[in-house]
Amino acid sequence: MSEPATNIGAKVAQFPRAAALAEKEPPFIRVEGVTKRFGSFTAVSSVNLEIRKGEIFSLLGGSGCGKTTLLRMLAGFEDPTEGRIFIDGQDMTDLPPYERPVNMMFQSYALFPHMTVEKNVAYGLKHMDMTASQRADRVREMLALVQLSDFSHRKPHQISGGQRQRVALARALAKQPKLLLLDEPLAALDKKLREATQFELMDIQDKTGTTFIVVTHDQEEAMTLSSRLAVMDKGRIMQTGTATEVYEYPNSKLVAGFIGSINFFEATIRDVRDDVATVDAPELGATVEARAIPGLSPGQPITLAIRPEKLTISRSKPEGPNAISGKVRDLAYFGKDSLYRIELPSGRVLSINSVNSRRVGENERVADWEDAVWLSFDPSSAILLKD
Amino acid sequence: MNRRPVFLITMLCFGFAFFYIPIISMMVYSFNGSRLATVWGGFSTKWYISLLSNRQVLKAVILSLEIAVLSATVATILGTMAGIAMARFKRFRGRTLFSGLVTAPLVMPEVITGIASLMLFILMAEYIGWPATRGFTTVTLAHITFSMVFVTTIVHSRLVQADEAIEEAAMDLGSRPWQVMKDITLPVISPAILSGWLLAFTISLDDVVITNFTTGPGTTTLPILIWSKVKLGVTPDINALATITVVIVGIGVFTAGWLLNRAEKRRELDIQLAYQANQ
Repeated sequence: MSEPATNIGAKVAQFPRAAALAEKEPPFIRVEGVTKRFGSFTAVSSVNLEIRKGEIFSLLGGSGCGKTTLLRMLAGFEDPTEGRIFIDGQDMTDLPPYERPVNMMFQSYALFPHMTVEKNVAYGLKHMDMTASQRADRVREMLALVQLSDFSHRKPHQISGGQRQRVALARALAKQPKLLLLDEPLAALDKKLREATQFELMDIQDKTGTTFIVVTHDQEEAMTLSSRLAVMDKGRIMQTGTATEVYEYPNSKLVAGFIGSINFFEATIRDVRDDVATVDAPELGATVEARAIPGLSPGQPITLAIRPEKLTISRSKPEGPNAISGKVRDLAYFGKDSLYRIELPSGRVLSINSVNSRRVGENERVADWEDAVWLSFDPSSAILLKD
Repeated sequence: MNRRPVFLITMLCFGFAFFYIPIISMMVYSFNGSRLATVWGGFSTKWYISLLSNRQVLKAVILSLEIAVLSATVATILGTMAGIAMARFKRFRGRTLFSGLVTAPLVMPEVITGIASLMLFILMAEYIGWPATRGFTTVTLAHITFSMVFVTTIVHSRLVQADEAIEEAAMDLGSRPWQVMKDITLPVISPAILSGWLLAFTISLDDVVITNFTTGPGTTTLPILIWSKVKLGVTPDINALATITVVIVGIGVFTAGWLLNRAEKRRELDIQLAYQANQ
């Protein structure tokens, strides 16, 4: 299996085309003030989105956040209550699904059970202006793309789940849509297959150059797959950006908590100087420094957030401004890293992730149960959040 | 824990006995050489031979088959449409009323349906002049009315199980709603439509009550013929006629069940093979 998908920087670098285009061209897909209400329930609430050509864009959120409804409006299965949807400069809002240059890969794959793999892939082509041999060529090309050429005469129930997923992808790509929508494309696969398929999807996207919009509840999947992603909650878009931007610079408690794990502390601003804010955090039992955000004033209540891997653990008091003392309450050894749960004097428990970069024996590790330890972090790694 | 569930087996035997002893004794007595239905007079097939030369019986059989085929076909078309409407149009005004009205005949006493049909036909003949007399047309119409609901129920339950996303997928790939119906929905529910047709066919074939109300002079279906003959006393030729009917209906129902079952078994086997190949 391929290496674990944790190196976010490397993944972003895999989208040179999207990055280059982002600078020049107008947005390929524009969602303007789209709202969808079902009776008194608002599923999607004034969403604005701009997506560039050739991007893999993820809509990320928990169940009921409105991501699937937004996807279904892009496909044409739901009409927006308000707002408009443009694809490649054309207004799509009032077009039925069968007149949009958009195809969708369904979460259940929705393969036609009474047709062979080949017929499934060919289905969309019968409405296109093509000769029979062009159609046959396209089907062959698509099956080769997803490595299913040997299975063309099987029925959907005669192939495995992973193969069905690839048939669904080939079928959705066969018409060469301007936009491909993927509804939880990997949710039905087991973990091992999911990782392999992620890279396969990216590879296919790169080969075809089709713009992808992916709906997912899995933050790791969204971060690995996408060039940019939007975090949704209660029908609203909370933040849009690259995986790095959303992970390292979340704009709200909700986004910070949804993507990855994080420690939150109630705090008060004491002082702001240049780009460093001094913050009183009684739960940490210390006054610490953090990178300032615009619009802070002394006395203002604020949330201080620190990701577990940004904390350093040591036995002696470290140099620098942000040193906190505590006691090891729990310790989990995962091999490549360890998770510590540190109890602070205030009673709060804080998580730390520490990479085991040196090979050490059972009795030589940095800290053990009940040990008194010091924690520290770089001011630039601490996140301040207004809400 | 390996003890046989004696109680369950006993109950099963009683159940089978309850259902089939009457039918089996009727079949045995159809080979009775005696003229008296209840006295055994040796094995004979003479009643079957005499049936085949009885024009009245043959006419009734053909009429019954004609009515059954025609009414089952029309009922299947209408019932399928109603089933699709109930399963796919989720939010329309009066949906509950509609499904209530469609399924009500399922629990309506046949006598009531029969009287109601008769009243309607009399009024129609009086005011619009059609159907002028009661007979083939009125019986067929009445059969359509009450067998349609069975088709609707079967089609509806099949559609509710089917993944609605496959219809959306077809639309997403460029098919208009009628093409989706033709390419996807109908093929997927075709086994349900077929079993609906067979059910409507058998219901029409053995109906006495409603036929009795809606038929007219000269239109004698097989069950009506048997019924009228029984009034003069049970004779071995009626046993033979009933045996033939049971065999025909039995073969039809068994074939339909076997076809559906085989398709399902083959599907399961394929799924297993696919999983094994994937290991």
